[in-house]
Amino acid sequence: MQYRLTTPVTREDLAPLKAGDTVLLSGTVYTARDAAHKRMMELLDAGKPLPFPVEGSAVYYVGPTPERPGQVIGSAGPTTSGRMDPYSPRLLDLGQRIMIGKGKRNQAVKDAVVRSGAVYLAALGGAGALMAASVKKLEVICWEDLGCEAVRKLEVEDFPLTVILDVHGGDLYESGPAAYLASLHAG
Amino acid sequence: MRTIQAAALTDAVAKLCIQANTRLPEDIVAALDAARHGEPWPLAQETLGLLWENMELAEEKNLPVCQDTGMACVFVELGQDVHIEGNFEDAIHQGVRQGYGEGFLRKSIVGDPLRRVNTEDNTPAAITLRLMPGDGCRITVAPKGFGSENMSRLGMLKPADGVEGVKQFVVETVKLAGSNPCPPIVLGIGIGGSFDKVAYLAKHALLRPIDQPNADPFYAALERELLEEINALGIGPQGFGGKTTCLGLSIETAPTHVAGLPVAVNVSCHVTRRATAEL
Repeated sequence: MQYRLTTPVTREDLAPLKAGDTVLLSGTVYTARDAAHKRMMELLDAGKPLPFPVEGSAVYYVGPTPERPGQVIGSAGPTTSGRMDPYSPRLLDLGQRIMIGKGKRNQAVKDAVVRSGAVYLAALGGAGALMAASVKKLEVICWEDLGCEAVRKLEVEDFPLTVILDVHGGDLYESGPAAYLASLHAG
Repeated sequence: MRTIQAAALTDAVAKLCIQANTRLPEDIVAALDAARHGEPWPLAQETLGLLWENMELAEEKNLPVCQDTGMACVFVELGQDVHIEGNFEDAIHQGVRQGYGEGFLRKSIVGDPLRRVNTEDNTPAAITLRLMPGDGCRITVAPKGFGSENMSRLGMLKPADGVEGVKQFVVETVKLAGSNPCPPIVLGIGIGGSFDKVAYLAKHALLRPIDQPNADPFYAALERELLEEINALGIGPQGFGGKTTCLGLSIETAPTHVAGLPVAVNVSCHVTRRATAEL
C-alpha cells in the first residue's frame, strides 16, 4: 500500500501505516544526526526550546554533501539510525512523529514508536543522488559549525520512503526477510 | 632511478577522489545489473531498480553516488627505484584536500577520535604504502563509508575452529550487520597473519574486483560457498527481504602462527568505490 503524507502529521495520519508500506512524503523535514541530537538533548536538559517545532515533525538522519552552485542540495541519503537510539524516545514523547533513516533500532525506540503513535521510515541507503532529487528547498537553521551535521530545514516533494516500524509493533527488518524465506518453502 | 614530483601525486589523488565517488567500478555495476535481473522477490526487485536509478542519476547530475563520501583510503604501490621529489605523505593529503573541495564531496573526518572536531577538508587520508620492485607507481583511492565500516569485525579463532569456524564467523557478521550497512553488501575477508595484518588483508581484499575469484582454487571455492550461504539468509536489498544480500566477496590470506586463526571481515556496501591510476 502506498500513502501520501504531508508534514506536520498527526497520530491519526500514521495509524493506518504498516511495515512494508511505502510513503511519498511532502512538506518540511528537518535534518539532524549524531552531534545535533546531542545538542538537542542539552537544550532540553537546560529547559530551552528545540531549534524547530517538534509536534508532528519529521526528522531525517542525514549529512548531505555540499551543494554545487545552482544545486538545492548535494547527495543526501540516510545515515545509520541506530546511533540516534539513545535520543529518539525523548523526542518521540515530545511529539516528533516521523524518523527517517536506515538500519535497525533498539527496543526502546520500538516501544516509543508504539507508545507515541509515530513511525520509522527508511530512505534508500547509499542512494544519495536519488533521495536528493525530491528536495526542493534547503535552509541551514541551526549549528552551522557542525558542517554536514548542521540542522537543515528541507522542503521535500514525494520523498520516497518505506515503513520499517509502525504503531502496531511491526518491523519490516524482521517481517520482510521472513516473508521472503517463507516464499521459498511455499514454492 | 626515476623521479616523480610530489605535485603529480597530489593531482592524481585529487582526480581519483572525485572519480571514485561519482562513478562506480565496472565490476560493481555489472554485479548490480545482474542482481536486479536475477532477483525473484518483488520488493527487492523494486529496491534494486531504485539503486540502479540512483547510480545513473549520480552520473547525469554529477553528484556523489552516496552522501558518505568516506574516509579516503589511499593505497600506493611504489617502485623501489622511484625517488619522490617533495613530501610523499603531504602530497597525498593535499590531493585529498583538493579532490574533496573541488568535487563538492563531504568532509567526514574528525581530527581526534574522542574530542571530535571536523578537520573540514577530509584529511588526513589513511595511507597504505607498499614497496615493489621496479620504478612504477600505482595509486588506488578507495573512499570508505562508515555505515558499513562500523559493521566490520575481527576474531582471533582457534586453529581447531578451521574452515567451518571461519564460515560461521563471516555469516554471523553479516547477520549482526543486517540492514545497517546498506545491503546488498560486498565483503573483504582476511584469514591468517597477525592481529593487525588480518585487518589489512580484509581491507585490501575489497580492492579486488568481485568478478575475480581468489587465484587458489581452494579459496575460490570457499568464496563461492560463503556467497551462497549469505544469499540464503534472506536479508535482501536494504534489509527489506530478498535474495540479493551480498553482491560478491573476496578472501585474502597470509601465513599465520601455529596457535592462531585470525579472521577479519571488512563490510562494504553496494557503493563499493575504488579508482586507480598509474604514474
